[in-house]
Amino acid sequence: MSLIDLANPTRFLALTARVLPWLAAITTVLLAIGLYQAAMAPDDYQQGATVKIMFIHVPNAWLSMFVWGIMSVEALGTLVWRHPLADVAAKAAAPLGAAFTFLALVTGSLWGRPMWGTYWEWDARLTSVLILFLMYLGIMALWRAVEDPSRAARAAAILTLVGAINIPIIKFSVDWWNTLHQGASVIRAGGPSMDRAFLVPLLIMAVAFSLLFLTLHLAAMRNEVLRRRVRTLQMMQASRQAA
Amino acid sequence: MPLLASLGPYASFIVTSYLLVGLVVAALIVWVGLDFRRQKQILRDLEASGVTRRSAQPPGKSS
Repeated sequence: MSLIDLANPTRFLALTARVLPWLAAITTVLLAIGLYQAAMAPDDYQQGATVKIMFIHVPNAWLSMFVWGIMSVEALGTLVWRHPLADVAAKAAAPLGAAFTFLALVTGSLWGRPMWGTYWEWDARLTSVLILFLMYLGIMALWRAVEDPSRAARAAAILTLVGAINIPIIKFSVDWWNTLHQGASVIRAGGPSMDRAFLVPLLIMAVAFSLLFLTLHLAAMRNEVLRRRVRTLQMMQASRQAA
Repeated sequence: MPLLASLGPYASFIVTSYLLVGLVVAALIVWVGLDFRRQKQILRDLEASGVTRRSAQPPGKSS
C-alpha cells in the first residue's frame, strides 16, 4: 500500500483498525521489558540511582525533537506535495510532541536538582528545549484559532518549518555553548560512550517510547479524519436546514 | 519496600519522575480513546438524523 493509497480516508481508517491493536500490544510488551531492565540496571558510580531517570528522560527528549522532525516532513507534505493526510498527521502529532517535550523538561529538572543542585538553569540546552515546548503550544493554538482546516494547515506548516531551525540548535547546543547539560553519549562520532548495562535498557525504552508515539499518532490521526468527516456532515446538515 | 530503599537518598526524585511520565502517558491514552468515542458518537447521531456522506449514499440520491 503506497502513500497515495492512504490518501483515501476510508482506506486509512481500515488500515489503522488493523494495525493499532498489534502496535499497542508490541508497545506494551517493550515498555514492560524496558521498565524491568531499567529497574535492574546498576547504580552509576557518580550519579547513584538517579541514573534511572535517564531511562525516561532521554527517550522523551529524543521524541521531543523527533516529533518536530516528523511534523516538518508533514509540513512539506502539506505545502509541496499537498498530500491530504499530511496536515491531518501534523495536527495529530503536535499535542503528542508537546507532552513528550513537557516530560523531557520536567524529568530533566527532577534529575538536575540532585545532580546539579538546581532544578533549572537558563543555559542553551534547557532554554532551547523550553522554546520547543512553547512552539508546540503555539502550533496547537494556531490550529484552534483558524476554523478552516486547509488555511490552518498552511499556516501551521510554515510555522513548523521555521521552528525546525531550533532542532539542530537543541542537538548541538551542548557543543556550541557552555552548559551544565552533559554532551551526547549515545549518538556521537566514535559510537556510544555509555556502558552496556545502561545502554541496553535505554535503547529498549527509546524504541518502546517511539512505538508509543507511533501508536498514539495513528490513533490521533484516525480521530482527526473522523472529526473532519463530522465537520463535513455538520456543514451538509446546516446547508440542508438553510435551504 | 526493598526497591525504594535501594534508590538511595534521591528516591523521591526518581519515583516522582516515573509517576509523572506514567500519568502523562495514561492521560494521552485516555484522551485519544475518549476523542475516538466522541467522534464516532457524533457521526452515528448525524447518520441517524439522515445526514450521510455522498460515498455512503445509494447511487442517484443526494442529501
